Amino acid sequence: MTSPLASLPFSEPFADDVVCDQRFIEVSNFNFFYGKKQVLFDINLTIPARQVTAFIGPSGCGKSTLLRNLNRMNELLPGVSHSGTIAIHGISIFDPSIEVIALRRRIGMVFQKSNPFPKSIFENVVFPLRIMGKQSRSFLEETVERSLRAVALWDEVKDRLKESALGLSGGQMQRLCIARAIANQPEVLLMDEPCSALDPIATAKIEELIVELKKEFTIIIVTHSMQQASRISDLTAFFYLGKLIEFDQTQRIFTAPIQKKTEDYITGRFG
Amino acid sequence: MSHPIPHFFQHNHNKTAFGRLLRNHLLTVLCVFLSCITIVPLFSLLYLLFKKGGSFLSLSIFTELPASPGLEGGGFGNAILGTLMMVGIATFFSGPIGILGAIFIAEYAPLSRLARTVRFVAKLLTGIPSIICGAFAFAMIVLTTGHFSALAGGVALAVLMLPTILITSELALLGVSSSYRDASYGLGATPFQTIWCIVLPEALPAMMRGMMLAVARAAGETAPILFTALFSQGWPRSILEPMASLSVLIYNFSALPYPYQVQMAWTASLVLVGMVTGINLIAQWAFCKKI
Repeated sequence: MTSPLASLPFSEPFADDVVCDQRFIEVSNFNFFYGKKQVLFDINLTIPARQVTAFIGPSGCGKSTLLRNLNRMNELLPGVSHSGTIAIHGISIFDPSIEVIALRRRIGMVFQKSNPFPKSIFENVVFPLRIMGKQSRSFLEETVERSLRAVALWDEVKDRLKESALGLSGGQMQRLCIARAIANQPEVLLMDEPCSALDPIATAKIEELIVELKKEFTIIIVTHSMQQASRISDLTAFFYLGKLIEFDQTQRIFTAPIQKKTEDYITGRFG
Repeated sequence: MSHPIPHFFQHNHNKTAFGRLLRNHLLTVLCVFLSCITIVPLFSLLYLLFKKGGSFLSLSIFTELPASPGLEGGGFGNAILGTLMMVGIATFFSGPIGILGAIFIAEYAPLSRLARTVRFVAKLLTGIPSIICGAFAFAMIVLTTGHFSALAGGVALAVLMLPTILITSELALLGVSSSYRDASYGLGATPFQTIWCIVLPEALPAMMRGMMLAVARAAGETAPILFTALFSQGWPRSILEPMASLSVLIYNFSALPYPYQVQMAWTASLVLVGMVTGINLIAQWAFCKKI
């Protein structure tokens, strides 16, 4: 499939390249500032493709800030600055040749509070295609069905695609937002506490979904729930006060953490 | 006693609790009373207008020209049309400028020096007396073209409406939840797409209400029109000629010594209020339809 963004260096198909898969996203010596306040300190992190990586840590530890840097969403805030690099497929996302709009189209994002547009369910899912100028009715319909099936929402809403998305339940809305985020077939899916506003049943559905979606997408999830991180993630990064304390296989982090801070946090001694 | 240990709701179940209840009720009554007072002026005004002007309401009022002072009969169709045209001209100028300006200061560069200046100037402008707007349009257009015109009247009203439209539009845009913007930018939309496809449709009802507020105010203004469009006994022919308007007609007729014309002024007031209310209702109905 030729992507309209194929001209971008990092959208070239590296999929079979094992090395590139292992070093899919590389964050090196990354510092981030809100005005003069430094919120991320010298972060070094290598995230593999098609796995679930969880960012955990107490509130204000910088995990969401790092997540929002991966698709340069933080640039929308006034007075932010950074140093160091983040590379995807070995290409720096801060490279002047990278168009931020194109970058965000390759990296889907799901937010803490589900935020469907006040439009119909159909229009929500096709929005990322519409902004790329895709008009073909059959293509849009195909995409809607495929995306909604991928998030197990198709059977629930297929008869009311023309109705407002705001009439859905909280869990359905969040699944719709995931469907919207994957409609354009991005390579990476960023999730910023996607279940924090949901009840346990809706949470379980989303978690199932995440495990399913990692076959196709590289998923990075920020979560406050350590149980969630241990249930769904392959790798876990623990942040504290803007620093990356420990990053390893999830199983290792939760059974034999090396750092004392990590152990204290996952055993609930603080945080 | 049914509860050997006092339940915490029952704690101190005595004078203090009674006083608290009493204060609560008194305050509620006060608020209801004061709310009622705010609607008294509007309803007494409407009552007065209907009482004084209602009896003259007829179709001919909308279709005929005013009779000469002292004579009876006729209507003020030209003034109704003139008011609509001048408000239309004013909206034509101030609407796009106000809305696009608001988009810039709310969405594109809210913290820029230009945005801060525009915001400050708009707030200053809202406080400028309408007669000054008339004087401005008089100097700018009437003096340079050499004659009074509806265009000058429209420009005077546009100056009056612009800051209201700008400020209410900015508030409308700021009222749109930032989570929509996040979602849109997160999907790779450009600022243009985010604003036109997501933010603007959400802000539109509130923007239109702000616009109608400005229109309603402009439609009732006399001072800026008096200086610029003057008045005309005939039907509007060109926007480069003097034009009749309801507000100036009310102003002129109410000062005449003939009871018939004074009566006409009351009826014109009623029609003006009716028009403004009608425009508002239509705007509310037309722009509040949501999916």
